[in-house]
Amino acid sequence: MSEVLVLVDHADGVVRKSTFELLTLARRLGDPSAVFVGEGGEAAAESLARYGAAKVYVVADPDVTAYLVAPQAEVLAQLVEQVSPAAVLVPASSVGKEVAARLAVKTGSGLITDAVDVRAGGEGVETTQSVFAGSYTVTATVTRGTPIIAVKPNSATPEEASAAGEVVPVEVSISDAAKAARITDTQPKKATGRPELTEAAIVVSGGRGTGGDFGPVEAFADSLGAAVGASRAAVDAGWYPHSNQVGQTGKQVSPQLYVAAGISGAIQHRAGMQTSKTIVAVNKDEEAPIFELVDFGVVGDLFNVLPQATEAVKAAKG
Amino acid sequence: MNIVVCVKYVPDAQSERTFDSDNTTDRVGVDGLLSEIDEYAVEEALKIVEASDGEVTVVTMGPAQAADAVKKALQMGAHKGVHVSDEALHGSDAPATSLVLAEAIRKIGAPDLVITGMASTDGIMSVVPAMLAERLGLPQVTFASELTVEGDTVTIRRDGDVASETIVASLPALVSVTDQINEPRYPSFKGIMAAKKKPVEQWGLADLGVDAGQVGLDAAWTKVTEFAKRPPREKGTIVVDEGDGGTKLAEFLSAQKFL
Ligand SMILES: Cc1cc2nc3c(=O)[nH]c(=O)nc-3n(C[C@H](O)[C@H](O)[C@H](O)COP(=O)(O)OP(=O)(O)OC[C@H]3O[C@@H](n4cnc5c(N)ncnc54)[C@H](O)[C@@H]3O)c2cc1C
Repeated sequence: MSEVLVLVDHADGVVRKSTFELLTLARRLGDPSAVFVGEGGEAAAESLARYGAAKVYVVADPDVTAYLVAPQAEVLAQLVEQVSPAAVLVPASSVGKEVAARLAVKTGSGLITDAVDVRAGGEGVETTQSVFAGSYTVTATVTRGTPIIAVKPNSATPEEASAAGEVVPVEVSISDAAKAARITDTQPKKATGRPELTEAAIVVSGGRGTGGDFGPVEAFADSLGAAVGASRAAVDAGWYPHSNQVGQTGKQVSPQLYVAAGISGAIQHRAGMQTSKTIVAVNKDEEAPIFELVDFGVVGDLFNVLPQATEAVKAAKG
Repeated sequence: MNIVVCVKYVPDAQSERTFDSDNTTDRVGVDGLLSEIDEYAVEEALKIVEASDGEVTVVTMGPAQAADAVKKALQMGAHKGVHVSDEALHGSDAPATSLVLAEAIRKIGAPDLVITGMASTDGIMSVVPAMLAERLGLPQVTFASELTVEGDTVTIRRDGDVASETIVASLPALVSVTDQINEPRYPSFKGIMAAKKKPVEQWGLADLGVDAGQVGLDAAWTKVTEFAKRPPREKGTIVVDEGDGGTKLAEFLSAQKFL
């Protein structure tokens, strides 16, 4: 079987759940090979092997790690050239999609972004995407080159399937052009202890209706073990970081459960959450458009409803 | 400082967006407008030029109606427009779009900066900026929430998931901007009048030396084989809080096995 390259998403060596999802999907297309860029590849190989990586290509060259997207695309292009994979799967994060974009141009290959499913079809690799704020489902295939697919987090349930996980160090030569954009400073985000927004099974978001007090939203999120999101109105007001924004110009999330509190449901917000499995809203205004989407809605003041719900959830969980 | 801003004409998200019989996005039968995120790109270009000197050229690729996107940018204050339009472009995918835009930018002349929006409001793919940088051989600094140009370097701040990063690149460079970067201006009456006299070049593929066989639906590197309208979500249960709204919410979550 051909190899399927999977670009590993990790934070300082800790592999993200989305990578295990990609490895699980990759097994439908061939033998998964993980591509790990950065420090800590050898340590990560064990977990990657557990989810089916037969090989783990490790690139720890500072020429790659100190720069942005372009060197990663060159690494993958070199590997595509060497192993002629059946497909390349990358996480549909902003960096992942850009790496994929450059790789597509470099190798003359078709690129599909934000896939929610990947499978082997009659005409090669087949994908499912959700477009126009979730109002359409599209099936697409790649007709040229090596299929390059950027897959959204939460698109598959990670399944273990032990494989060799053979570590293969990769020597690369990175062009000067690829090193033209440099990261000069990194300010890590404060750790919140909550799950990552795009990976979380449950997301609780607050909007302008919080009036700037995210306390009830956070408390409810914590009772459910959820990530916290925010509407752009809340982000613009400076109440919550931009990296927590859900919507067209924020994160696109697809959790099992999405709770919108004090959010009206503007089309740009919907674009980021409409594919969630179950949707719940708390809003004072019974006419709020968010209620058109919900499985369960409470017309009421979030400052009353959320604390009561938080207590009830805690009691139920014991 | 000469800046090229790439803008896109998109179907209005408030209207009913759909597909044509050939599985491409319907761009003709629906109301369209300048992709809102591109307004931030135009605004940022204008701010840079106003603080130094030079010109802002907006370029779009799209059907006849896409002229509206160029017009809006000119009304905001851009100096010149370029509209690339050709029958053969219909159904072009991101690689083809980036090829055409790259050739158009070369023809406009080597700009110091190419600015785009972080994504279009219809596709939300966020790949054309990276592809353009690849094709033009420019350093790529994308998703800028702050941008400063000093001498021959551009510095941006980018909000990542785990960290906020400062990224530096030498000019010429390609930058994409988020909607955090500024507050786009509304065209003034004066701006609207002035826009009528601003030059807009009309280019076809022949003008760019791009072969029609490299673009359009048939040359696309991907193919939509099927699309289906999602069934509308079933109407949910809505309760009015009468002092027990939170309890009812928890009961729903429990019944759905979320607890
Ligand atoms: C280019 C562009 C990109 C955009 N991208 C995004 C994006 O990525 N994400 C995004 O979210 N938006 C985005 N927007 C903005 C979007 O159009 C809306 O303005 C925004 O989503 C509104 O946020 P909101 O629902 O919190 O605020 P509002 O629309 O003001 O709604 C607040 C809601 O809270 C309710 N409320 C008030 N008080 C209470 C209370 N005590 N208890 C319960 N309910 C209460 C009100 O009834 C109201 O429905 C974008 C806009 C543009 C132009």
